[in-house]
Amino acid sequence: MYLFIFWNGLNFSARIGLIIIISLAVCGIFAPWLAPYEESQIVGDVWEPIGGKFIFGTDQIGRDILTRLIFGARNTIALALLATTVAFFAGALLGFIAATMGGIIDQVLSRLVDVCISIPTLIASLIFLSALGTDVKTLILVIGIIYTMPVFRIARAVAMDIEVMDYVEVSRLRGESLWWIMQKEILPNALTPLAAEFGLRFCFVFLLISSLSFLGLGLQPPLADWGAMVRGNADGIAWGFYHSLLPAACIAILTIAINLLIDRWVHKASGLRDDQ
Amino acid sequence: MNRQLLEVNDLLIDADIEGNWKPIVNSLSMTLDRGEVVGLIGESGAGKSTFGLCALGYTKPGCRIVSGSIKFNGVELVGKSDSELRNIRGNKVAYVAQSAAASFNPAHTLFEQFAESPVQHGKMSLEKARVSCIELFQQLNLPDPEFICERYPHQVSGGQLQRAMTAMALGSNPDIIVFDEPTTALDVTTQIEVLGAIKGAVKAYNVAAIYISHDLALVAQMADRILVLRYGNLVEEGNAIDLLSNPQKTYTKQLLNVRSQRDAKYHSTDDSVQLSIKNVSARYLGMEFNVLEKINIDIMKGKTVAVVGESGSGKSTLARVITGLLPPNKGSIKFNDRPLTPELYARPREDLQSIQMIYQMADVAMNPRHKIKEIIGRPLQFYLGMESDAQNRRVSELLHQIELPEEFSERYPAQLSGGEKQRVCIARALAANPELIICDEVTSALDQLVAEGILDLLLNLQKNLGITYLFITHDLATVKAIADEIVVMHEGKIVEQGPKEEILSPPHAPYTELLLSSIPEMDAGWLDKIIDQRKYSNNNNSENNCF
Repeated sequence: MYLFIFWNGLNFSARIGLIIIISLAVCGIFAPWLAPYEESQIVGDVWEPIGGKFIFGTDQIGRDILTRLIFGARNTIALALLATTVAFFAGALLGFIAATMGGIIDQVLSRLVDVCISIPTLIASLIFLSALGTDVKTLILVIGIIYTMPVFRIARAVAMDIEVMDYVEVSRLRGESLWWIMQKEILPNALTPLAAEFGLRFCFVFLLISSLSFLGLGLQPPLADWGAMVRGNADGIAWGFYHSLLPAACIAILTIAINLLIDRWVHKASGLRDDQ
Repeated sequence: MNRQLLEVNDLLIDADIEGNWKPIVNSLSMTLDRGEVVGLIGESGAGKSTFGLCALGYTKPGCRIVSGSIKFNGVELVGKSDSELRNIRGNKVAYVAQSAAASFNPAHTLFEQFAESPVQHGKMSLEKARVSCIELFQQLNLPDPEFICERYPHQVSGGQLQRAMTAMALGSNPDIIVFDEPTTALDVTTQIEVLGAIKGAVKAYNVAAIYISHDLALVAQMADRILVLRYGNLVEEGNAIDLLSNPQKTYTKQLLNVRSQRDAKYHSTDDSVQLSIKNVSARYLGMEFNVLEKINIDIMKGKTVAVVGESGSGKSTLARVITGLLPPNKGSIKFNDRPLTPELYARPREDLQSIQMIYQMADVAMNPRHKIKEIIGRPLQFYLGMESDAQNRRVSELLHQIELPEEFSERYPAQLSGGEKQRVCIARALAANPELIICDEVTSALDQLVAEGILDLLLNLQKNLGITYLFITHDLATVKAIADEIVVMHEGKIVEQGPKEEILSPPHAPYTELLLSSIPEMDAGWLDKIIDQRKYSNNNNSENNCF
C-alpha cells in the first residue's frame, strides 16, 4: 500500500531511478544465485568478445564479466553505503552540536574541520589506508571520517538556520535538553537538505572507492569491485577490448539513478509544485 | 482628453491553488478619474493587491486574467503583449510596494535607481533627472535632497526609503500610481510623515492613485472613494466620508468597530505583585551602550500590563531579559517575591513553567514538522508528566478552550490559517499552566478582525484562569482595548508608566503625546488636521525634538 502511494508520487525520471536502484540492489543481495559462475572462477580465455559465449565477455584473466559485475554491485554499493552512513552520522551529529552549543565548541569543531577539509580526499585516504592497511573495516572508517568533514559543514549551516527560528527558542525557554532540541526540532527540518546531500555524497564515496580500487588500495582482489574492474580491464583498451567500459557504465548508471530519485524527493519535500 | 483614466470592467482573475484554478478576483469593476484617489480595503486574501495591480495590466505569477477588460485611457490592456505593457508600466502607471527596503537594489544609490526608469524610457536626460529627483525629494519632505539622493538604500531610514520610492514612482510623471500598503511596515509616528508627504505629492502632481491597505482609518485619509473587498468580491463602494459615517454593510461596520474598548473587563482582586523588575539594565554582546536602561516595572497578579514603543525602543529586549535569554548586566527580577535566576539554563523548571511566551510570528514559533497535538502535548509531557491518554484528553480540552475543533490535533501547522496558528501558540502556553504570559506583538501579523478574536480569547482566558499578561506591542489601539496598565518606552528607557486611564488622559509626556496623536482615526480629515497641528507646534516650539 505504502509502496503504491510512494510510486504514484514519483515522476517519470524518478521511477526510472528507483527501478535501476532496486534492480541493482536485488543483484547485490542475491548475487550468489543470480550470477552464472563463481565470483573469481576462471571460465574462459582472456578478453573473450562481448556478446559471444559470455554476454559481457571475460576479463583480463578470463573471469566472466557479468558475474563480476553482479558481485561487484554487492561489494561496492554496500561499502559505499556503510561509509556514507558513517560520514552522515558523525557529520550531522557534530554539525548539530556545533550549531546548537555555539561559542567555543563551535569554534574548535569548525576550525578542526577546516584543517581536515583542506587535505585533498584522495591523498588523505591514500595516506591513511597505506598506513592502516586495507581491510574492509578500515576502509569504511577512513572514508567515513574523511567525508564527515563536508557533511559537518552542511549540517552546521542548515542547523544554524533552524536554530534561530522561534520554535527552537520556545523549546529552549521550556528548558528542553540540547539532545531533545537536536533530535526533535532540528533534525526533522534538516532532513531534506541532508538527504539531498546524502545522495550526492554517496556518489562521491562510491567514486572514491572506485578510484581507490583503481589505484590498488580499495577492495583487494579477488573480491569483485567496479572500480578495480575498470582498472584491470583498462589495459585492454589499447588492444581494442572495451570491456572496462562496462563497469564504468555501471558506476555512471547508479550515480545517475540515485540523483534522479533524490531530486524528486527534495523537490517534493521542499513544497515545490510540479510546474515550478 | 477623456477624464476617465482607468476603467476596469467585470474583471475575473484566477489563481493556481494547489493545481486548481480558483477565482480570487470575482467580477470586480472600478473606474478612476484623473486626479482621483481610490482606496481598496480588505483583509489578507481579499484580492485587493491582485485587483490593484491590474491597473498595470500585471498579474502575479500563478495568476491569470480569465475575462473582463481593463481600459487605460481608452486602450484595452487585457491581451496585450508583455513588451507593449512594459511601455505603459513605469511610464504611465507606477507602483509603490509595501516593503521599500526589499524593493530597492542595495547596490545602487537612490538617484541611480530614480533615474533608471525615466532615462531608459527616453523621457529625460541624466542631468534633467537629477534636477527632477531633487525637486521631488523636496516635495516629499526628505531632508537635504542633494545629500540623500547619493545615499545607498541601507543608509537612510525606512520612512525615508518609502518616500524615495514614491518619488521614484512620480519621477516618470505617470498618470496613475498604485500604492500597495506603503506604510504598513512603518512605525506610527513615521507613518504620519510618509502619509502626509504622499498625500501632498499626489495632490501637487495631480496624479490618480489606487491606495491599497488593510487599515480603513488610513485609507480614509488618502482616498476620495473607497472600495471594500472581501474574498475577491465587492462588499461596498462609496465616497470616503459617506462610507465612514454611514456604512451600509455589516462587514464594513465590523471593520469600523474594531479595537473598540472592551467593557466586561476582568478585575483581579488579588493585588500581590507577580513580577517585579528592579533597576534592570541590559545590553547585547559587543554593544557599547545599554539597550535597556534602569527599567522598573511591577506587574500585579491577574493584570494586563502593556509595554508600548516603536521599533528599537527595547520592548522586545525586555521580554528576553525576563525569560532569561539575555541576562541583565544590572538590576534584579523577582517573581512571586522570589528572585529569578538571570540565566535561562540555571532556572528551575517551575519558573520556566510559570512564565510562558507567545510570539509575533506564529508560523515560525511552531515546528512545521510537528503535529498540533505534539506541539501542545510536549509541555504537558515535559512539565506535568502527562502521557498518552491523559495527554490527548488535555490537548482536546485546550483546543476547546481556544475555540478550535478537536480534529485539529492531527494537523500540521501549515494546514492552519494565521489566526488559528496563533491560537495554537496560546494553547501551547496554556498547557504549562503558567502564571504569567508574555505576549510579544501577538496580533501584529494578523488581520484586524482575526486579531480582535485573539484579543477576546486572551481576555476570556484571563477572566477564567487569572493569568497575568505582559503585553508587548507597538499598536496603541490594542493597548487601549485591553491594558490595565501602560508602560511607554522610548530608546530603552521608560518614558511614562501608570494605569491606563492616567496615561491615556492628558497631560501626557511629550513622547506619549506624539504616539497617541499618531494613531489614525476614522475621520477623513484627521491627517490634514494633525499635520497642520504639528507644523504649528513646530514653528512655535523649535526645540521640540520629537518631530
